[in-house]
Amino acid sequence: MSLNSNIPSGPMAMKWSTHKQDSKLINPKNKRKFTVLVVGSGLAGSSAAATLSELGYKVKCFCFQDSARRAHSIAAQGGINAAKNYQNDGDSVHRLFYDTVKGGDFRAREANVHRLAEVSVNIIDQCVAQGVPFAREYGGMLANRSFGGAQVSRTFYARGQTGQQLLLGAYSALNKEIAGGGVQMFPRTEMLDLVTVDGHAKGIVTRDLVTGKIESHAGDAVLLCTGGYGNVFYLSTNAMGCNVTATWRAHRKGAFFANPCYTQIHPTCIPVSGEYQSKLTLMSESLRNDGRVWVPKNAADCGKTPDQIPEDARDYYLERKYPSFGNLAPRDISSRAAKEACDDGRGVGPGGRGVYLDFAEAIGQYGAKTIAERYGNLFDMYERITGESAYKRPMRIYPAVHYTMGGLWVDYNLMSNLPGLHVLGEANFSDHGANRLGASALMQGLADGYFVIPTTIANYLVNQKPGSITTEHPEFKKAVENCTAQTKRFLNIKGKRSVDSFHRELGLLVWDKCGMARTKEGLTEALNRIPALREEFWQNVNVPGSGDFTNPELEKAGRVADFMEFAELLCLDARHREESCGGHFRSEHQYPDGEAKRDDENFSYAAAWEYTGNFSQPTLNKEPLTFDEVHLAVRSYK
Amino acid sequence: MSQLNLHLKVWRQNGSQPGHFQDIDAPDIPDHASFLEMMDIINERLISKGEDPVAFDHDCREGICGACSMQINGVPHGPAKATTTCQLHMRKFRTGDTIWVEPFRARAFPVLKDLMIDRGAFDRIQQAGGFISVRTGAPQDANALPIGKVVADAAMDAAECIGCGACVAACKNASAMLFVSAKAGQLNSLPQGQPEKDRRTLGMVRQMDKEGFGNCTNQYECEAACPKEISVRWITKLNRDYAVAAVKDAFGNTRKEAGGGD
Repeated sequence: MSLNSNIPSGPMAMKWSTHKQDSKLINPKNKRKFTVLVVGSGLAGSSAAATLSELGYKVKCFCFQDSARRAHSIAAQGGINAAKNYQNDGDSVHRLFYDTVKGGDFRAREANVHRLAEVSVNIIDQCVAQGVPFAREYGGMLANRSFGGAQVSRTFYARGQTGQQLLLGAYSALNKEIAGGGVQMFPRTEMLDLVTVDGHAKGIVTRDLVTGKIESHAGDAVLLCTGGYGNVFYLSTNAMGCNVTATWRAHRKGAFFANPCYTQIHPTCIPVSGEYQSKLTLMSESLRNDGRVWVPKNAADCGKTPDQIPEDARDYYLERKYPSFGNLAPRDISSRAAKEACDDGRGVGPGGRGVYLDFAEAIGQYGAKTIAERYGNLFDMYERITGESAYKRPMRIYPAVHYTMGGLWVDYNLMSNLPGLHVLGEANFSDHGANRLGASALMQGLADGYFVIPTTIANYLVNQKPGSITTEHPEFKKAVENCTAQTKRFLNIKGKRSVDSFHRELGLLVWDKCGMARTKEGLTEALNRIPALREEFWQNVNVPGSGDFTNPELEKAGRVADFMEFAELLCLDARHREESCGGHFRSEHQYPDGEAKRDDENFSYAAAWEYTGNFSQPTLNKEPLTFDEVHLAVRSYK
Repeated sequence: MSQLNLHLKVWRQNGSQPGHFQDIDAPDIPDHASFLEMMDIINERLISKGEDPVAFDHDCREGICGACSMQINGVPHGPAKATTTCQLHMRKFRTGDTIWVEPFRARAFPVLKDLMIDRGAFDRIQQAGGFISVRTGAPQDANALPIGKVVADAAMDAAECIGCGACVAACKNASAMLFVSAKAGQLNSLPQGQPEKDRRTLGMVRQMDKEGFGNCTNQYECEAACPKEISVRWITKLNRDYAVAAVKDAFGNTRKEAGGGD
C-alpha cells in the first residue's frame, strides 16, 4: 500500500500557512453536531480536548488515571523549546527546525518538523496567558536555559517541573471546557479497543476501572493521545500505568505502526539497585548544564570513593570525545558513551553500571546555594532514593529507557492510514525521527493538541455525516463481546505466575537484545524467545479477583498481553533496519571511532508496519523521506 | 543493603462495605526499596498464596503525579518530611517495626477499595474556577506582560501542589483549604488571573463547601504533611481574597455585567 503523507506543496517555510488556508472549515452551528473521542489526557490529549471544545465540537475525553491531571506528561522535568530568540543568541524558526531534524538523525519528516518549530512560539504565549509560572529574570522577562543538541538557549522552564506546570495549564483549559459543558471527562476509564466501521475509526471500547463495566462510545473521529511504549522494557522512567494498548489495538485494527525501533535511552537516570525495582528515575538533562560526567581512567580505581580519585586519573569522556558540545551532547550519543565506559570495565557503583555526574566544579564556581536554586528538587530526589547527597559526592547515573520516537504512522494532518483515527504527541511517529532532543516532547505534545489538530481535523470531518454511527452498530457489539471475552479468559487461566513476573522477564529480554546496542544475532534470539514467553503467559498467568470491580492485576494483564505482542514488532523493526541512526544502534553498523553509521541510500524511509494477522510476518510499507532543506550529513557533535 | 523484617496492619475495604485491618507479615524487605515497592513485594506474595492483593493508587513513582495516598502510621505519606509515599524508602524503618497502612480518610474522599480513594472532589473544585479563561490562539506575546521574579516565584511555589490530598487527610476537620488556597492563590497572584479573581475565589470555595470538606481552624497540620511544603500563608491569602469577593458579591458587583454600550 502506498502511503500518502499529504505534505502541502510549496516552499518549506510556507507549507503550514498554505495548509491552514487550504484546510476545510466547518461552520460553528455544524461543529456542535460532531463528537470527537480523545483518549489520554496528557499534554496532547488535554490541549486537544480543550481546544476542540472551544471551537464548538462535542468532546469526550478518557484517561485511566483518577484525574486528568495525573497523566505522565506531569513528570517531565527540564523544559520546553521555542524559537522565541528572547536571548538574542541567533535562534530562529529555521534553526530550531534544523537542530530538530539533525538531532533526529535525519529520520523525521521535514515538513512536520518545520511546522513544529513554527508553532513553538505560540505555545509559550498560550501557556503564559493560562498562568503557567515559567522562570523569569528580575526584569520580569522569561528566562531560558540550554539543552542537549543545541548551541542556543531556547528552553523555557518552570524549576524542575516544567511538564507539571504545562500539564496543569492544559488541565485548567480542560476544566474550563468541562465546566462549560463542552467536554465530558471519563477518569479511571481505560481504552481496550478501537471500533472501526467500513474502515473508519468510529468509536472505542472502554473499561470502567472502578465498576469493571465494559462499554463502548461512538464518535465521528477518534484521537489517540496515549503516549509511548517505553514500558515494554519493564524498567523505564515511564509511569507504572503507561502502556501500548490503545495504539497496539488500533494497529491490530489496521493502523500502521511506524519505526518502533526508535527508542530513546536517557543518559541521566538513577542506576538500577535491585530486583525489586519497579521503575527508574530520571535526573533532568538540565543537570548537564553544570554537571561534568566522568569515570575513572583506570578500571582499578572503580572501587575507590570518588574523592580518592585525583583529577588526572579521571576521564571526562564526553568533554574529551565531543569538545564542542561536551556534557551537552545529545541523549543517544551520551547514553552510548556511558555504556562504552561501563563495558570497558570503568563503570562505578553496584554492578559497575554507573558513571559520575559531578557538581564539585559548579559548586566551587557558583556556590552551593546557586546550585540548590537551580536543581534543589533534583538533588533532594536523588538523596531520597539513594541515601546519598550530591552536594557532597558526585551523583551516580546510568542510561534508562525514557521516550519512544516510534508510534502510529500519521500524515501531515496527524491522521493515521485509518480514516478518522488521529494520533497526537508521543503516540505518533512523526517529528523526532530516530532521536528526540531534550525539551522537544512537551513542545510536540502541545503543538499537536493546541495548534495542529484543531485545524486539520476538519479536513476529515467535513466529509462525514455527524452522528451517523451509534453504539447500536453491530461492530460495537462485536468489539464489546471480544473485550468481555478477553477479560474472562485472563481470569480463567489461574496459572502460577504473576503478571509482573512475566512483564519483568519480557522487559529484561527486550532491554538485553533491543536496548542501547543491538545485533542481528541478538534480535533473532529475542524474536525466537518472545512468542514462547507469550505462549507461557497465556497458559500460566495468575490474575486473581473478578472482572466486576476494581482489579489492578486485571488491568496490568491486559497491558502486558499487548506488550508481549508489540515486543515482537519492535525487534522485527530493529532487525530489519540494517543501519545505525539516533536511538537505534546496530553494532554491525558503526564507524571505527564507534559513531553511528547511517545508510541513507537504503534506509532513508519511515518503516510503517501493517498487521497481517500473524505477529511474526507484518507487511512493511515505506514512506520515503526526502531532505530538501536540511542536507543529509553525518551527524557530528565533535 | 540489608533486609528488614516487618509487620504490617493494612486497611482492607470493598467499596461502601465496612473495612478492617489485615495483619500481614513482611519479612526480607530490602531497605533500598521504596514503600510502594515493598507493597509490590507483599502483593506478589499474596497472589502466590491465592489471596487478594492490596489495591492502592500509584503511577509516576517519582513524587509528582500525586496518585499515591497512604496514611502510614497515622501520617499522610509517612514519616519523611516533604516526601510522597512513592519516594519514601524502607531505610526509614527498622527491622521489627509494625507499620499501619490506611487510605487518606475524609468524607469527601470515599474509599473505593483498600487504599484507593475517590478524589474527584478536587477536580470539581478546579472546574468551579481554577482556570484563566483564555482561548487557544488568542494571547499576546509572552514577554509583552512582564511579571516580576518575586511574583512569578511565589506563583510557582503555589503551583507545585500535586493534588494528592495529604492536607485533607492530615486535618482533623478534613479541610481542603491548603489545596484550594494553593490553586486559587497561584492564579490570583498573577496579573493574568486578575479579571476572574473574585469569580474564581467564590466558585472554588463554594464548591469546596459543597463537597463536604470541613472548615479550617488554623492548626496547620496540612502544611506539616504536605509533600511539596505548600505554605499556609496561601490560606491567609485565600481568606482575604474571599472576604473581598464575598463583600462585592453581596453588593452584586461580581454578577454585574457591563452594559452593551450605546
